[in-house]
Amino acid sequence: MNHDAYPDNYIRGILNSVKSIAMVGASPVNVRPSYFAFKYLAQRGYDMIPVNPGHVGKDLLGKPFVASLRDIGRPVDMIDIFRNSSHIMPVVEEALALDPLPKVIWMQLGARDDAAAEKAEAAGIKVVMNRCPKIEYGRLSSEISWMGVNSRTLSSKRPPAPTQGMRLSLNRMSVGGGDTAASDRAAKNKTEQS
Amino acid sequence: MSDRLPGFSTLAVHAGAQPDPTTGARATPIYQTTSFVFNDADHAASLFGLQAFGNIYTRIGNPTNAVLEERVAALEGGTAALAVASGHAAQVVVLQQLLQPGDEFIAARKLYGGSINQFTHAFKSFGWNVVWADPDDIASFERAVTPRTKAIFIESIANPAGSITDIEAISTVARKAGVPLIVDNTLASPYLIRPIDHGADIVVHSLTKFLGGHGNSLGGIIVDAGTFDWSTGGKYPMLSEPRPEYHGIRLQETFGNFAFAIACRVLGLRDLGPALSPFNAFMILTGIETLPLRMQKHCDNAKAVAEFLAGHPAVASVSYAGLASDKYNQLARKYAPKGAGAVFTFSLKGGYDAGVSLVSKLQLFSHLANVGDTRSLVIHPASTTHSQLDDAAKIKSGAGPDVVRLSIGIEDKEDLIADLEQALGA
Repeated sequence: MNHDAYPDNYIRGILNSVKSIAMVGASPVNVRPSYFAFKYLAQRGYDMIPVNPGHVGKDLLGKPFVASLRDIGRPVDMIDIFRNSSHIMPVVEEALALDPLPKVIWMQLGARDDAAAEKAEAAGIKVVMNRCPKIEYGRLSSEISWMGVNSRTLSSKRPPAPTQGMRLSLNRMSVGGGDTAASDRAAKNKTEQS
Repeated sequence: MSDRLPGFSTLAVHAGAQPDPTTGARATPIYQTTSFVFNDADHAASLFGLQAFGNIYTRIGNPTNAVLEERVAALEGGTAALAVASGHAAQVVVLQQLLQPGDEFIAARKLYGGSINQFTHAFKSFGWNVVWADPDDIASFERAVTPRTKAIFIESIANPAGSITDIEAISTVARKAGVPLIVDNTLASPYLIRPIDHGADIVVHSLTKFLGGHGNSLGGIIVDAGTFDWSTGGKYPMLSEPRPEYHGIRLQETFGNFAFAIACRVLGLRDLGPALSPFNAFMILTGIETLPLRMQKHCDNAKAVAEFLAGHPAVASVSYAGLASDKYNQLARKYAPKGAGAVFTFSLKGGYDAGVSLVSKLQLFSHLANVGDTRSLVIHPASTTHSQLDDAAKIKSGAGPDVVRLSIGIEDKEDLIADLEQALGA
């Protein structure tokens, strides 16, 4: 997988197939990006599990915190890692010790560890890096268009009326209109700087 | 179908729009409402806290305006956009996110006269200091960079003479200085030039001109290219630092490559207030659907008119980058191969008096202060759009006393040439 630019169908396939998501680094502080994403994904119907050893004994939107992936005690489809790039590898190694293995390991916006990705992919796990599942869900369903964001999708079909908590349609034609030279350039700039 | 990249004309018709989920309406409805009902208290809190996507109040966002925003973002190849009340409002909102009092920005000397005024006078009272540079001398931009420089501002096709700016060369200066390049793409429209493809980080437009295209609705827009890293060195605290307006959210961290557009919306538009009317957004959207057709006709007509004027005995000179002899022709071939736009100037051998006489004798061209209308327009910049500048500054910006500016419409070119011929001849 080329981790600089994902085909929409790859992301769409992941968001359409996973049901449970363990979020490593989930924060109960309501201005943190992890809280935003946790709440949004829970409202879209995903079975969310907050993982953060600092908050065991508390819950996040009614879901009890667990200290680590192995404490979840049931299979999970996707691990969403809200940690800096330098803290990714130990989480991936922990995920690789799970039985059954998760289907997807997702690293949040700004987080990327190519060595960890390679290890996960060698075990047959799909990997996404430096993306936010909330933003991608909002983009592919065009819900994010309410914020003037370029969803890079087109549709002439009448969409379902959006109601709270329902799964919006992710099956729109992808067009890649905006994700062209500009985002490639941004990715390249970042790589050159680091 | 999923791997096909649709063309510009398809995006101009479809991007951002879809049938209305409730009624099935195919044209984008005009959501002429100030406010939007929340599902419940938690939904309201989520929207106010920026946790959920959705509508609150039309000063912050509106579903009709959102279609316009996504459409222009798609046409420009950006990550997101924000529509505002005018091109001038777009410039205020952009710079408010970038500059603190005492900061500087570098601007090309060749700009719309209204922008020169706004930068020189209005922004001075905010403590935003403009430093001018010459777009024909790239080194003048490098020399103007100081530790307080926060942005560089240029026009892709510059008002009034239609000169072409070397966007890539100036973007290299911006990158080296670690500041974003802002390009006003009003006179080109994304049909002719997509500045983001040439290194722009932010694109602004007066939608009033070619995008709306019919001279009936004011509007402005800001497009975020998603290319600039706002987090370095605390230079852009509106984007990188916890915002007290939103209980400590850091916008770049939360919104990634469209954080600048979000900052413009939730810190700029929300607090400064220059919201676009949804009715205007609807009119402009309708205009954009035919942008590719209109823009090509504008350019083809402009070239024919410029060629006619260049051969006329009463004309001293024509500044149109689409003419092979023009000093900007090489840049036009590189940046705007489909056409060099439809706004240009020419000067008359008879000087100021001949210019005044021409304007009064024209029958089809309208004498008014706008460009980018379906109708052909004429103005004498020295006595109108650029009248606040002193004589030296007028000449430097291409608006000397003998200069007449045309904005060529989409009428039949033979009729435009005949009108100019009778007005020049008698």
